Amino acid sequence: MNAPSEGYITPDGRKIGGVLMEMKNITLRFGGVVAIKDISFDIREGEIRAIIGPNGAGKSSMLNVISGFYIPTEGEVWFKGRKRGPMKPYEVARLGIARTFQNIALFDGMSVLDNILTGRLTLMKSGLLSQAFWYGAAAKEEDEHREKVEKIIDFLEIQNIRKTPVGRLPYGLKKRVELARALAAEPRILLLDEPMAGMNVEEKEDMCRFILDVNDEFGTTIALIEHDMGVVMDLSDRVVVMDYGRKIGDGTPDEVRNNQDVIDAYLGVAHG
Amino acid sequence: MADAQAAGETAQSIPALLARNVARYGAMPAYREKEFGIWQSWTWAQAAEEIRAMALGFLSLGVARGDHVAIIGRNRPAHYWAMVAAQMCGAVPVPLYQDAVAEEMAYVLEHCGARFVVCGDQEQVDKVVEIGDRVQNLQHVIYTDKRGMRKYDHARMNALADVQAEGRAGHFRYEEELNQRIAELTYDSTCVMLYTSGTTGKPKGVVLSNRNIIETARNSAEFDKLRHTDEVLAYLPMAWVGDFIFSIGQAYWAGFTVNCPESPATMMTDLREIGPTYFFAPPRVFEGQLTNVMIRMEDAGRFKKWVFDHYMKVARKVGPAILDGKPVSAADRLAYGLGNLFVYGPLKNTLGFSRIRVGYTAGEAIGPEIFDFYRSLGINLKQLYGQTEASVFITQQPDGQVRSDTVGVPSPGVELKIAENGEVFYRGPGTFVEYYKNPESTASTKDAEGWVATGDAGFFEPGSGHLRIIDRAKDVGKMADGRLFAPKYVENKLKFYPNILEAVVFGNGRDRCTAFINIDLNAVGNWAERNNIAYASYQELAGHPKVYDMIAAHVAEVNASVAQDPMLSGCQIHRFLILHKELDADDGEMTRTRKVRRNVVESKYADLIEALYDGRDSIYTETEVTYEDGRKGVIRATLRIADAIVAPEHRMAAE
Repeated sequence: MNAPSEGYITPDGRKIGGVLMEMKNITLRFGGVVAIKDISFDIREGEIRAIIGPNGAGKSSMLNVISGFYIPTEGEVWFKGRKRGPMKPYEVARLGIARTFQNIALFDGMSVLDNILTGRLTLMKSGLLSQAFWYGAAAKEEDEHREKVEKIIDFLEIQNIRKTPVGRLPYGLKKRVELARALAAEPRILLLDEPMAGMNVEEKEDMCRFILDVNDEFGTTIALIEHDMGVVMDLSDRVVVMDYGRKIGDGTPDEVRNNQDVIDAYLGVAHG
Repeated sequence: MADAQAAGETAQSIPALLARNVARYGAMPAYREKEFGIWQSWTWAQAAEEIRAMALGFLSLGVARGDHVAIIGRNRPAHYWAMVAAQMCGAVPVPLYQDAVAEEMAYVLEHCGARFVVCGDQEQVDKVVEIGDRVQNLQHVIYTDKRGMRKYDHARMNALADVQAEGRAGHFRYEEELNQRIAELTYDSTCVMLYTSGTTGKPKGVVLSNRNIIETARNSAEFDKLRHTDEVLAYLPMAWVGDFIFSIGQAYWAGFTVNCPESPATMMTDLREIGPTYFFAPPRVFEGQLTNVMIRMEDAGRFKKWVFDHYMKVARKVGPAILDGKPVSAADRLAYGLGNLFVYGPLKNTLGFSRIRVGYTAGEAIGPEIFDFYRSLGINLKQLYGQTEASVFITQQPDGQVRSDTVGVPSPGVELKIAENGEVFYRGPGTFVEYYKNPESTASTKDAEGWVATGDAGFFEPGSGHLRIIDRAKDVGKMADGRLFAPKYVENKLKFYPNILEAVVFGNGRDRCTAFINIDLNAVGNWAERNNIAYASYQELAGHPKVYDMIAAHVAEVNASVAQDPMLSGCQIHRFLILHKELDADDGEMTRTRKVRRNVVESKYADLIEALYDGRDSIYTETEVTYEDGRKGVIRATLRIADAIVAPEHRMAAE
């Protein structure tokens, strides 16, 4: 069911590389509650990988394990061929992992531009003192960061709200700004927690286009959680299906669509 | 460069003018574009180098003399360059409306037989690819923005920057050929071909020669004393003749700077940053800005609101007179000066109008209140009357003789006459050569002596000699009792209310007039918010009883005003309804320049018109709508039909 180890070519001709991240027998318990039970799968270089499942299946927990926010009770996370231990958030960021949140976590009072600039915080090198006085290297560095941020603003077509405080933006645009901030960190892998939740059809279409473009232009590996089945099936290269903390399917969208366990989990089974 | 100097005032083509500008203004800015948050600029010398590289690249792709090169994209320096580069190769640039659906594009590309298409981005490329197999001559697609283009089959596709690089690399091979082709251009060579928006029937390709464009640009630049230090913001569709005259004709003649906004959505910010000295906008832009100002003032504190209202009163009283240089008392001058300090100056700065020397509006009638608002602030806003077939200028208002209800005196070099039925005819240096591949239409529009029918009915005002336009000549009709029916005249009065976006009046051959109304979602939505009226959709808001009351009051006021005019008093509106959807160009109800297609509306909504006349109170209807991506859907609604208050006609008083 899983792809060969050296990578594969997608139906639309994109080249997918080797394994970037691997979950090995992950189990996550909160006291007596088992959120994730013995799940293994991998994420490959350049791939769009989706995690789907009904409410409470453990998708967000899984994403939090991937991002290093939760430490699995059992099992190992391997990243770039190395086993990953417990990490501080800034260490996660430096590893090249960026994410967006299900319920937007931006700084409401700051402008779009400043919010996106915060995404580059871990990439800033000049010291606190020179930044405070905005002197020498700090000024030059800010120019460089601003340039990178402007490319992202152009890419996501949010030039018109560059200077607008985030709090004044509609929901769909906030989601886009969040994506922009995650991109600003120049991640190797981008984690998207329900990027289309609460959007109308047009906003969803825009977001899909941006996700595909990000993957295509920057070659960023993307792992996403999504409820909208149509979106997931169109967007992703491979899909992991979860139900009650277990993995019940893994494969291409077509394989998953025809998987009996998946159909049962989504449509329900007749009991009796 | 020696021949460039000699070319001087006798330059007979746009490329020749470019060479002249390089010699004269080489180090001054020719183009600016905001990209990545910063205004990037190109001097005339740099722009000329870019254009030449592009032209050489076109030659390497095989662009031949007389080819048509279509350009589809938003206002960007690269797209203007592509047009001039095409001219250098002896080809004809054909700019298209970028918001046109694939179907409309197919017709135009097919009709002009375009072999090369320059697309702004992936969206435009997709449309061209979609219709590619139907457009037989199409050979090569060139795109400006590389984004998302990697996966396309590049056998017959190139990025514009790569075409330029190819041109630079191969300049030894093509240089001589290019110089030869530039030298061949004369006053009679085709400068550009523009497709008319086509209020009726299929679009027609209007062929404009170098003579048309350059003479018109020269005359109009002298009329308004345009100089090389002027600045314009290029934001109107490139396929529209006005943009071609302003951003290429006049810009190359006078040598001024063309500024391109970052994206359509940032237009207002960019306008403010550039502060153009020469500005053109259709009335709806001015209306939109005024509506925004008024909405924001409604939300301002009481003191600020008072200051604003007080000084706007002063401005309305003396502003236009000061602008026209008429005598004004010292006290009024002082009050106006203070107003300028506290209100007008900051307001103009916010709008981006601080530096405007010459501003024009045209295309539709502008509301007198709107027009006077801008003029009272000290902005020299004027009206002109023009057509694609005239290279824009037919009449325009000289400084100091500006009014909202006329369109001015004939432009320099243009002759006018009015036919028996009131239709306006003109001829002049800008008069078009022909409609491409359509000699019948050419013959029926332009007679042997060069007179062109405008299709508009109007008259010269006795005294001032200014032209006044009443309506489209073919729309002017008779009511059942023989009285004059001029729908546009009434529609314009209705549209002057901020709450009304669009109106369509019926009544030709009938005993009384009725109307469809489109509410303006911005203005009415804001009003609803302030009055705690909840609504979930456009349709619900449009059908709200209080909205009906408000519109009924507007209609009653218009009726009272129409009743004053002895010639047109029959056009009062007796019954009206508010449409459940906005009239839209995607549904074919309007042209791309937002003019109502009366015949389409009449046949599409025949059931609603019938209900307006048979006395019913409401009608159930289903309407097909087209979404932006071409998919179709149906909306259903039950519309209320309201009676309007009709004013007594002051026939005696008027006589």
